[in-house]
Amino acid sequence: MVRLLNRSVGRLSRHRRGPLAGLVLLLLGLALSGGLYAVFSPSSSAETAQDQAAMAAKGRQLFLVSCAFCHGQNAEGLTSKDGKLIGPSLVGVGAASVDFQVGTGRMPMVQPGAQVQKKKNIFSQTEIDELAAYVASLAPGPAIPSEKDYSTAGMTDAEKQEAIVRGGQIFLTNCTACHNFTGEGGAMPRGGYAPKLLDTDPKYIYEAMLTGPQSMDTFSNGNITPEEKKDVIAYIESMKKQPGYGGFGLGGLGPVSEGLFAWVGGLGVMVAFAVWIAAHTTRTKKKKGTAQ
Amino acid sequence: MSDSHELEHSIEAHTDELLPDPGLPEHHWRPTDVDPRAERRAERQVATFFGLSVLCTVLFVVFYVTLRTGINGQKIIGLGASNVALGLTLGGAFLFIGIGVIQWARKLMADVELVEERHPASSSAEDRSATLAALQAGLEESGIARRPLIRNTLIGSVGLLIAPAVVMLRDLGPLPGDKLKHTVWTKNMRVVRDVVGTPIRPSDLEIGDLVNAEPEIIFGTSDGQPLPEGQVLEGADLQVAKAKAATVLLRMDPADIVSDVTRNWSIDGIVAYSKICTHVGCPISLNERTTHHLLCPCHQSTFDLADSGKVIFGPAGRHLPQLPIGVDSEGYIVALSDYPEPVGPSFWERDTKSPSEIADEWSKENGQ
Amino acid sequence: MSVDTSKVATSNTSAATAKQPTRIGKITQWSDERLGLAAMGKKNLRKIFPDHWSFMLGEIALWSFVVLLITGVFLTLWFKPSMADVTYQGSYPNLRGIEMSQAYASSLDISFDVRGGLLLRQMHHWAAMLFIAAMMIHLLRVFFTGAHRKPRELNWVIGSLLLILGTLEGFTGYSLPDDLLSGTGVRAADGFIQAIPIVGTYIGFFLFGGEFPGDSIIPRLYTIHVLLIPGLLLALIAAHMLLLVYHKHTQWPGPGRKETNVVGYPMLPVYAAKAGGFFFITFGVTAVMGAVLSLNPVWKFGPYDPTKVTAGSQPDWYMGWPDGALRIMPGWESHFWGHTWSWNIFVPVILMPTLSWILLTILPFLEAWITGDKREHHLLQRPRNAPTRTAFMVSLMTWYAMFWLAGGNDLIAIKLHSSINNITYALRVLVFVGPAIAFFITRRWCIALQRHDNETLLHGYETGVIMRSPEGGYSEKHLAINEAKAYAITVRDRGPEGAGEDDGPTAKGKTTLRDRLRTLYYADDVQKPTVEELEEAHHHAEHEAHALAGIEGHAADGHQFDGHHLVEDENLRGDHQH
Repeated sequence: MVRLLNRSVGRLSRHRRGPLAGLVLLLLGLALSGGLYAVFSPSSSAETAQDQAAMAAKGRQLFLVSCAFCHGQNAEGLTSKDGKLIGPSLVGVGAASVDFQVGTGRMPMVQPGAQVQKKKNIFSQTEIDELAAYVASLAPGPAIPSEKDYSTAGMTDAEKQEAIVRGGQIFLTNCTACHNFTGEGGAMPRGGYAPKLLDTDPKYIYEAMLTGPQSMDTFSNGNITPEEKKDVIAYIESMKKQPGYGGFGLGGLGPVSEGLFAWVGGLGVMVAFAVWIAAHTTRTKKKKGTAQ
Repeated sequence: MSDSHELEHSIEAHTDELLPDPGLPEHHWRPTDVDPRAERRAERQVATFFGLSVLCTVLFVVFYVTLRTGINGQKIIGLGASNVALGLTLGGAFLFIGIGVIQWARKLMADVELVEERHPASSSAEDRSATLAALQAGLEESGIARRPLIRNTLIGSVGLLIAPAVVMLRDLGPLPGDKLKHTVWTKNMRVVRDVVGTPIRPSDLEIGDLVNAEPEIIFGTSDGQPLPEGQVLEGADLQVAKAKAATVLLRMDPADIVSDVTRNWSIDGIVAYSKICTHVGCPISLNERTTHHLLCPCHQSTFDLADSGKVIFGPAGRHLPQLPIGVDSEGYIVALSDYPEPVGPSFWERDTKSPSEIADEWSKENGQ
Repeated sequence: MSVDTSKVATSNTSAATAKQPTRIGKITQWSDERLGLAAMGKKNLRKIFPDHWSFMLGEIALWSFVVLLITGVFLTLWFKPSMADVTYQGSYPNLRGIEMSQAYASSLDISFDVRGGLLLRQMHHWAAMLFIAAMMIHLLRVFFTGAHRKPRELNWVIGSLLLILGTLEGFTGYSLPDDLLSGTGVRAADGFIQAIPIVGTYIGFFLFGGEFPGDSIIPRLYTIHVLLIPGLLLALIAAHMLLLVYHKHTQWPGPGRKETNVVGYPMLPVYAAKAGGFFFITFGVTAVMGAVLSLNPVWKFGPYDPTKVTAGSQPDWYMGWPDGALRIMPGWESHFWGHTWSWNIFVPVILMPTLSWILLTILPFLEAWITGDKREHHLLQRPRNAPTRTAFMVSLMTWYAMFWLAGGNDLIAIKLHSSINNITYALRVLVFVGPAIAFFITRRWCIALQRHDNETLLHGYETGVIMRSPEGGYSEKHLAINEAKAYAITVRDRGPEGAGEDDGPTAKGKTTLRDRLRTLYYADDVQKPTVEELEEAHHHAEHEAHALAGIEGHAADGHQFDGHHLVEDENLRGDHQH
């Protein structure tokens, strides 16, 4: 694999000297300036330390109303008298975790169970940011990623394609075991399941890798680098866009759904034809010769 | 075989007839048999089906020439147009012929039911006795019954001819030896990330991190330096090495670790286990962060990584082997030895011991 | 196109002899002088095949096999069965630059660079799934209708060989593309082989040419897939068909349809057209499926890499059964004297399928041994008239289905939001309890249907016509079922007595296992009415008919249900409605 990566790097450097290099460079420059504009646009420049403190204060108010019941007044976590965990401590989980849990509607949780269900989010993004700012103020933790962390916008086509290829290998190594080869999701012990990735926003995929929500493992930056995370997201995005080369995907679940189609659809149609072939056609009361 | 055929060569029919057989019902004609207009209409129908087939075949050729396949191909409602168009026209070309032919049979070919008599599956008594006589004459003339020496040596020599066939199969592959008992892990080999091949420091990992890891030799390096040409694993050797050496690295809260063996072979809550299921050998990496339970996606065997990889559910019969790990002088995670027991599915020659027995033996061997 | 009916009853082999040599006549003469085919043609060209949709299920399997041969030959033109390492540079961008086996790279090329290649791959795979599915429903039809009885037992054995060979053929083909999913299957197969006691590791090393995965397994499976098994399949299919022609097809009982004859349409032209047309339909349906239903998208799985795995790792449906057994088997291993015996693998994938297949193969002999029936049978039985046999097969089907469900336990868990652990525990019980329940219910159901048959035979069917007697009482009018139906119902054995020579308990003076099984086999069967019962019922019916003679012949007299007169011609509401 290392050799492979070296080769692909080598290919890239050859392209640099190619006839299209100028055009690529120009596009790269344009994309970069666009990215810089995004970074310095008013919304993000407003995030000064003072604003952070104000946001955290607002977030605390929201937290007391919506979250403290399970996670405790100071997010220290609560356990019931018999030692069962009601809500874990949120000290150090970071803003990314709050953004993921609340943004995907998993929190506030309606009822405990094997799996925290994804549902409609009831908070505005501003409110989520405020909650996140409060939790982040308790202890350092992973921050909410910005768009440039997970978006391939601004890459050249060649770069993007290389990112997808790399991301595909990382995806197949680290993610498919639980989330299935198409990202359709899969079963986990005792009623849990790994959710479908294909309708998940790239930001939330990034945050999930960073924070390891619920039963998921963490893929911190020391485990999978931010660059590699971006590659994985690039691969998932390419899979979302991929046309069904061979026809309808049958749920993307693999041989089980295919077998079901073979029996119900394929064999069903064949038996229907057999019934038609053997069925008697309409008869008439007329005798031969009488009609002529 | 019953003897009844000796008496009469016919099928023994049911004797218990409750009602008389009314016999074949009167034949009713189809409209196409009696009405020339219906007949001509059916004729046109059948010909139309054949015509539609021709149309489909022509379209198939047209689509074959005009549509691009694969990644640059045209799309239709999110599907690859080439596959859909070629398949539907090819399907149509065949289906219309089939439907036409069957319609022809149903509407226009004679459909008066005919009767054919059956005969018993057995031959007639004369045939059978003649055959028997011929067989006996042949055997008699060969003298095979009277000359046991010839018969037995013939049977023996022909039977022995199986030997060359079996012997030839010997070179299908090498003998197992103790190959299944070892992997490419050696003392002080670095544990590196799969796919990218980079080494790992304990501080890189947070609690809850799971790394799909490999021995460094898979990537052709040793302590970050490229290996000399001859030592790099390639082709089948590389695949074989990967198939046994794959490892998962998990960092958990050290307080969660239950067994002493697991604790002794971990660093700061980081444990390393074989990624190859002890059931039939699927790679396993479906980990539940909160419980440290590792699940196999093939047959759902579940192992507790906090407790020496003990089986807690599913068809696996043995715990998951743990790799003793430490840190080298540069601060990277390394193996302290090969896996102390064979990894992967069980096999006949495999000795099975409990984790603590294995740990004791390992300590003796490695002087710790 | 018409036939003179006067010829029908006597013979259908009297081919018209040509007065002057026609073109067909000349060709026949030329070939007969060299091949002598006329004698065979005389017998077979107008051979009679009975018509029923359920007789065509085996044909689905046959024609799927032909589709497999055709598409398979095309696929071999591009497929490279080699495990040599290549760096993919084909047109699918998401894998460009990745190291993979030549087999996988050529599968990608077939999918993306050969026009119509993906269609061929998908058709081949769909046809394979249909092939085995059709063999199984054909098997069920044969067994449920008693078509496996003498003289067709050996054809049943051939069919059961075809089933196991077809399954192996499917598995070897599934493994060839060397994608992540099929490679995982081969890895599991390696695990199965290792689990064979004493010789397992040796067989594994010989098959794989060393340790898994090595570089030999794909070429070796390829030879097995395109040469060895197809050859055997072809030979066995030929034998299967020859025996079918020799025995002549079974038929349903009915007026004029006896044990000693076969009623239907001649091979030429009707059956040739119907069967030939069915091939085109099978090919067409497979092509349409290949066109619109994605199957085994290998590019999404990536090349096989022994360190990777995906959720939803399942084999094709026909291997789902042992896979399910593997999933619900408890983790039993024996360890002794430095050796390991893996019951958890050996029992579900080696022992259980082997025993099941042996049981399936000997079923006709087992049944004949229990019933002691040595007669030839060419008339089919309705499933209800052999309650124990029908119930036994339904219970085998339930056993199979439970393992099948277990093979998809992870997907059931996601789709039904339930715990995979609980599903597994439940199936461990259901795999034994389910067949028992199925046996009991099916058997009682069959017996109830037998009773219903007798009821309609003796007392007629319910017309839905409610009548009021002069006294004011209400009753529903029953009418006798038509002659043909009544006759068809009565053509059946009367219990064990009908089963030919008796070597039952009296012969040896003590009750053997076989006697006990025979008693159980026929226990609670409802026999068809006796002559006396039938006469008594007729007498009663005549009496009733006399009382009701007034409405006979009117609209809605109930006879519209038995074909005495058609509803469309009738004015059911009386004249005053117009």
